[in-house]
Amino acid sequence: MKISMTVNGKAVSADAEERTLLATFIRESLRLTGTHVGCDTSQCGACTIHMNGRAVKSCNILALQAEGADIVTIEGLAQSDGTLHPMQEAFREHHGLQCGFCTPGMVMSAVDLVKNHPNPSEETIRAELDGNLCRCTGYHNIVKAVKAASAKM
Amino acid sequence: MSDMNSIGVSVKRKEDYRFLTGAGTYTDDVTLPHQSYAAFVRSPHAHAKVTAIRKDKALKAPGVIAIFTGEDLAAAKVGGLPCGWLITDVNGQPMKEPAHPCLAQGKVCHVGDQVAVVIAETQHQAKDAAEQVEVDYEVLPAVVDVVSALKKGAPLIHDAAPGNTCYVWALGDKGAVDKAMAAAAHVTKLEFVNNRLIPNAIEPRAVNASYTRHDESYVLYVANQNPHVERLLMTAFVLGLPEQKVRVIAPDVGGGFGSKIFLYAEDVVLTWASKQVNRPIKWTAERSESFMSDAHGRDHVTTAELAMDKDGKFLAMRVRTAAAMGAYLSTFASSVPTILYATLLAGQYTTPVIHAEVTGVFTNTVPVDAYRGAGRPEATYVVERLVETAAREMNIDPAEIRRRNFIKTFPYQTPVALQYDVGDYEATLAEAMKIADVAGFPARRAEAAKRGKKRGLGYSCYIEACGLAPSSIAGALGARAGLFESGEVRVHPTGKVTVFTGSHSHGQGHETTFAQVVASRLGISVDDVDVVHGDTGRVAFGMGTYGSRSLAVGGTAIVKALDKVVNKGKKIAAHLLEASDTDIEFKDGVFTVAGTDKAVPFGAVALTAYVPHNYPHDKLEPGLDEQAFYDPTNFTFPAGSHICEVEIDPDTGVTKVVNFTAVDDFGNVVNPMIVEGQVHGGLTQGIGQALTEGCIYDKESGQLMTGSYLDYCMPRADDVPSYKVGTKVTACTHNPLGVKGCGEAGAIGSPPALINAITDALGIREIEMPATPERVWRAANKKA
Repeated sequence: MKISMTVNGKAVSADAEERTLLATFIRESLRLTGTHVGCDTSQCGACTIHMNGRAVKSCNILALQAEGADIVTIEGLAQSDGTLHPMQEAFREHHGLQCGFCTPGMVMSAVDLVKNHPNPSEETIRAELDGNLCRCTGYHNIVKAVKAASAKM
Repeated sequence: MSDMNSIGVSVKRKEDYRFLTGAGTYTDDVTLPHQSYAAFVRSPHAHAKVTAIRKDKALKAPGVIAIFTGEDLAAAKVGGLPCGWLITDVNGQPMKEPAHPCLAQGKVCHVGDQVAVVIAETQHQAKDAAEQVEVDYEVLPAVVDVVSALKKGAPLIHDAAPGNTCYVWALGDKGAVDKAMAAAAHVTKLEFVNNRLIPNAIEPRAVNASYTRHDESYVLYVANQNPHVERLLMTAFVLGLPEQKVRVIAPDVGGGFGSKIFLYAEDVVLTWASKQVNRPIKWTAERSESFMSDAHGRDHVTTAELAMDKDGKFLAMRVRTAAAMGAYLSTFASSVPTILYATLLAGQYTTPVIHAEVTGVFTNTVPVDAYRGAGRPEATYVVERLVETAAREMNIDPAEIRRRNFIKTFPYQTPVALQYDVGDYEATLAEAMKIADVAGFPARRAEAAKRGKKRGLGYSCYIEACGLAPSSIAGALGARAGLFESGEVRVHPTGKVTVFTGSHSHGQGHETTFAQVVASRLGISVDDVDVVHGDTGRVAFGMGTYGSRSLAVGGTAIVKALDKVVNKGKKIAAHLLEASDTDIEFKDGVFTVAGTDKAVPFGAVALTAYVPHNYPHDKLEPGLDEQAFYDPTNFTFPAGSHICEVEIDPDTGVTKVVNFTAVDDFGNVVNPMIVEGQVHGGLTQGIGQALTEGCIYDKESGQLMTGSYLDYCMPRADDVPSYKVGTKVTACTHNPLGVKGCGEAGAIGSPPALINAITDALGIREIEMPATPERVWRAANKKA
């Protein structure tokens, strides 16, 4: 069936089976491969995107449930001239990423986190990032990055 | 950045922009024209005979292109997966190497063992059809733990390995240890389990294999840490293909931690099948497949004894370990609990005699192989749990007992085969104690007690052997491969540089660190150096990344190539400056005639090399592109002191890591930011092992009980603290960068520090890892 939505500010539509997950639709039908899939139980958060302004795990929702939705993926976060979003810049500045695989989901979650908790404490950041697994950084520098970005957002 | 010398500077990573904007390219991101997809049929049983496979129904399912089983592979003479390290049994015989088929040949030996592959037009269709492949199993009794597997009458997994024993291997002087033990003032004895872990890189394993009839060649994209090793093993030992016909590309790889070193069945099956169906085939593991098919780590059962005199001076150590191999021998499985384990049992101490005996045991579980630290965390756990317990039993301060036994003069020959080149263990411990404010601990403990909480402090002073490895020593110990590295420095006519390295980055930031090394040596900007890795079609050769070896071995190969570039550059400069080569000096990017102001910049020399209008053709070929191989002369020996402080709530059993200090000696540091990041990640995996992670198999059925992130507890952001990290530097004496390696240290040192802290807090002798709230609560509330 045909599924339509707005992704990173552009109207898109593509054919997909009813059972297609939003993560698969974004990756395979739209070829936006920055959104990653790291598990099959919605535990790792690598697939986190923004749907109608909220951080959502895109492996946990069907593409057709996002019909007509406004979606932002990691590819849509930086400005059109390539200038990084303050959260992306803070991750770079504070070495909040290593292999880069969890990073898109982590950044999308972190943007939502700061939106909901301006000027978050370390404790709040750690609690709110509970839904995103990172196996490389030990979270230390991610926490620093989110804290630093919160001052600039 | 303008950086004549960026060594020791936290240069921001060159690779980050692509990762932060979704432009990274991992294997699953690669989709090829006419792409098809694979799904594997896996055994639901831990141990069974496969009596029939019926694929008729599945073949008729929509979109199915082909289905292959072990019978097809056998008919095509596709071999089994090889093991790269031969361990010799104490009886002089080679270890037992049962066949490790890529698809089951009449038998399955663990849950998740691959039985058939279905290839279809879409991923959904492949998975749907895989469910329609009918397999008849005759279920056999299974055994999943090493103790049961070694018992008389245990189910036999392989006829080729009686008693489920792969080998019994020993190291050290047994007679001398027995004698010292008998005469000692005190012997501390512990029995413990080193819990089985599942590596869980967040990127699942993935493969995309294609075949081109045009020149009968293959391209294999694979999430892998050492593409050249993958190619060599697969072409020469399994598929019998000409090596030059196979290109292996490991593009961006989302973490490895050891689990992506190995040659896996899926890689072989897809490569072979891509020719059969003449289509590119992609397979990406579901996380549940990762749990039951990625090689696991650890899984030891150990009895260890430490003998000492009345002053706590160590006299002897005796260690008996049963180590799981799993159902088959994975690529380096045999070396992990032997060569990478028993050789580290001296730790940082002068224990004069040590004897270790290790039994490699087959069980009906996923194969066990290297996982971050690989043998060295297990050794450190033995040594540091023994030392801390001995201190308590002898009533000696745990820091003091360590100081009394530290190795203080170098080089130091251990009784377990290694020769440490350099270190300063007292200074490292003193620095860690200062940062951790050990002096203030009694007050913090008393304050916590007022709140009803139990505080504890634990130490761990680890050592590891990294920079794997001197090929001749490794060869003498059974390695079936060389362990050198290659590097190529290609200077372009404009003076920009591309570096080709056999090391592989899957998070370590080589594109930045290696560029810093090259830029500093050539006096150019880091931005003018690109690092290429992970592609057998572009990099001449390589052994890849594992064992914290990349900078110490791969970096040294690059330095050697740089030396060749500079030497040739000097000759070109000498010609341009009309001087003798021996009078030319190179510094900060400029060639000068010594003692004069005659100079020519690096860029001009590069241009001359490629536009040789005025060139010493009689002495030199044009071009400025040099390759070097480096085979280390010794291991490197990173060492450090970790101090963990925990606070336990005796009502809930929850352990909070309130302070964790790591002071490490990695030798010289090129990029402190990256090194600290490696430490943070390693510590978290170590804390995971000690507190949350544990792979559990059901003893009766052999089912994997921890088969998803719902059951296997990965450390999350709120499980760990912010760390206090410091470094002490004693430069490695035998490589030009003076570096030792930092990738595994955190995971090696931290588990015993944490368990030492918990046992200190609770005043108990032992607690099993992971120290879950349930275990801690039971220990805290045990009636005396």
